[in-house]
Amino acid sequence: MSASANPRVSHDDVTVRDPLIRIRGLRTALNGKTIFEGVDLDIPRGRITAIMGPSGTGKTTLMRHITGQLAPDAGEIVVDGANVARIGRDALFGLREKIGYLFQNSALLTDYSVFENVAFPLRQHLKLPEELLRNIVLTKLQAVGLRGAANLMPSELSGGMMRRVALARAIVRDPMLIIYDEPFVGLDPIALNQILKLIRTLNQTLGITSILVAHELAAVRRIADSIYLLAGGKIAAHGAPDELARGETPWTRQFFSGEADGPVPFHYPAPDYAVQLGLAGAAP
Amino acid sequence: MSIVRKPPSRLADSLAQIGACGIFLFRILGAVPLSLRYLRETVRQVYFVGAMSLVIIMTCGLFVGMVLGLQLYHTLSIFGGTAALGTVVALSLYRELGPVVTALLFAGRAGTSITAEIGLMRATDQLDAMEMMAVDPLAYVVAPRFLAGIIAMPLLACVFNALGILGAHLVGVVWLGLDNGTFWSNMTSSVDVWSDVMTGVWKSLAFGAVCTLIATFQGYTTPPTSEGVAYATTRTVVFSSIATLAIDFVMTAFLM
Amino acid sequence: MAQRQSFQIGTGLFILLGFAALGYLATQTTSLANYRQGDSYAIKARFTNIGQLKLRAPVKIAGVRVGSVGSIVLEPDKLDALVTLSIDKRYDKIPDDSAAAVFTSGLLGDQYVALQPGGSPDNFKNGDEIVLTQSSMQLEELIGKYLVGGDAGKTGDKAGAKPDAQSGEKSGKQPTE
Ligand SMILES: Nc1ncnc2c1ncn2[C@@H]1O[C@H](COP(=O)(O)OP(=O)(O)OP(=O)(O)O)[C@@H](O)[C@H]1O
Ligand SMILES: [Mg+2]
Repeated sequence: MSASANPRVSHDDVTVRDPLIRIRGLRTALNGKTIFEGVDLDIPRGRITAIMGPSGTGKTTLMRHITGQLAPDAGEIVVDGANVARIGRDALFGLREKIGYLFQNSALLTDYSVFENVAFPLRQHLKLPEELLRNIVLTKLQAVGLRGAANLMPSELSGGMMRRVALARAIVRDPMLIIYDEPFVGLDPIALNQILKLIRTLNQTLGITSILVAHELAAVRRIADSIYLLAGGKIAAHGAPDELARGETPWTRQFFSGEADGPVPFHYPAPDYAVQLGLAGAAP
Repeated sequence: MSIVRKPPSRLADSLAQIGACGIFLFRILGAVPLSLRYLRETVRQVYFVGAMSLVIIMTCGLFVGMVLGLQLYHTLSIFGGTAALGTVVALSLYRELGPVVTALLFAGRAGTSITAEIGLMRATDQLDAMEMMAVDPLAYVVAPRFLAGIIAMPLLACVFNALGILGAHLVGVVWLGLDNGTFWSNMTSSVDVWSDVMTGVWKSLAFGAVCTLIATFQGYTTPPTSEGVAYATTRTVVFSSIATLAIDFVMTAFLM
Repeated sequence: MAQRQSFQIGTGLFILLGFAALGYLATQTTSLANYRQGDSYAIKARFTNIGQLKLRAPVKIAGVRVGSVGSIVLEPDKLDALVTLSIDKRYDKIPDDSAAAVFTSGLLGDQYVALQPGGSPDNFKNGDEIVLTQSSMQLEELIGKYLVGGDAGKTGDKAGAKPDAQSGEKSGKQPTE
């Protein structure tokens, strides 16, 4: 584990300092289903914070709250001093220009080539000379190992390649905050290593704050400064990776060892299995 | 109970759709100034909805003109009025058939592809991705298509009309032996630029706006599933056709 | 970039084609086409009744268009219609005793002015007036005449082909057949 490369951060310490993102009392229900019931969370500046949790707990939803794509039912979300649910559209767009977002499903623009996809944020907001733009885009593509694929269309890429292009697009403007929603999905071990290095380099050399939503504990432990474990609409655990991985609470023990039984439900809420199969009467 | 309750809710649904569509129109209009920054996008869309529709428009225009020539020649010859063939063909094309048939073809050719394209962009999070890159999809995706429709429709209708006249000429003069001079001089003495040709152009402008409004609205609000996109595409054709004919009636009543 | 260029060229061509079609429709298939024959000269004709004759209606000799109706005004004192015919410069050899008549193309068609060439050695010049004119035939009058056996029409001018020589100047009579 190369976790020792990161400065150790105690989470008590983090909450006190001026965080980039501060979430208090977040409550959300989608279509009548409660997703969050009172989430408090801080993302410190210049660190890599991992958000982990079972599938369907609302990690992506949380990211959508942070970027103002979805307004919460209650609670406040302050990003870089601005309450994202309150600020106007122009201010929100101004904020988003400083955020790089890697979508869980890549969301590449299918009309444009790989090159144009990565160049898109630059073209839209900066009037760069074509030469400079080309250099920036090729540099980012080189970083994800796809410089040679610059002229392909998204439909000609594999799933893992698409994720890397989406990653290049998310980092192309060297933003203040990068949100990686499951960056490791579909990556082979070699690419995974490179992407890990890339995320760490961006964080260490440019001081970019990073939020990492991922399931791969081993990978997360190598780069994250702290981990929030989200389960059942609440923060189930929070701390440094090694601390959590020791599995001292029932939540962390179950989650990191992958057991089916425990406080974290594997099943989506459902009526009783036997009842639904019509066996209820047979077993009184 | 469900039988009793269904019709009112259907009606309410349709009214809600129309209302939402109207609000969407204002949102597009609000995004139009911003979309002027993406002029290149508009140019690209004019190519897609306009230039790419040329083949079907020209073919259909030619055939509609030929059919009109044949039918009207037959009918007019009963009254000994075949000399008026050019006039009747031109008037019916310019005022009604040109704009209306072009709009119906446009809804089928360009409207559906706009709906499917935007619907798919919605389903694959591309619209959300644009929002996240601080690009307003209304200004970048919807408004250029809307403008392109308004630009392309009158031009397509003019091409349709020109081919229609050519078709009628082919049938009436070349095939059935009507006098060439009579064909044209009758037409030129009774067709007026403003009350006939331009009336059709105004209609086309309105049809272009309505058809692309419906197409973009259906695409933008479609449920992000393949079934949703399929239904949205169908609705585009149905609603565009109804709206075109209804607006045609209203405009004819006011412009006559 | 090449891709981008081709869109722009395609769009440009499309818009050009569209406007060319509009221009063609507007100038070649409408009444604007009749203005175009720049060089013309005017001759006048008086009719007691022009029927449904309209501005820019064709003027024909032997069925061939030679010009168009330029203006139609009512002469206030004589109360007959003064029609100005714009004749194409190409047709400058029309004898000055030619006759003008308002005819209908087909049974229900538009009305036009037909010139019946005379035999005079001199030709019409700009501003000349046609002496021999024959007014529009009114369907109602025709019907009336046949129904009432000639009483309805006061005129006994039986020779329909013969023009009303004084162009209705001396009487309000209408030459009918
Ligand atoms: N638009 C929506 N309408 C209703 N419910 C939704 C909607 N989007 C998400 N949900 C629900 O919200 C919950 C959280 O979804 P979310 O995508 O945030 O999960 P996640 O934690 O990112 O899961 P994963 O790890 O699988 O990506 C899910 O249970 C889902 O059913
Ligand atoms: Mg997710």
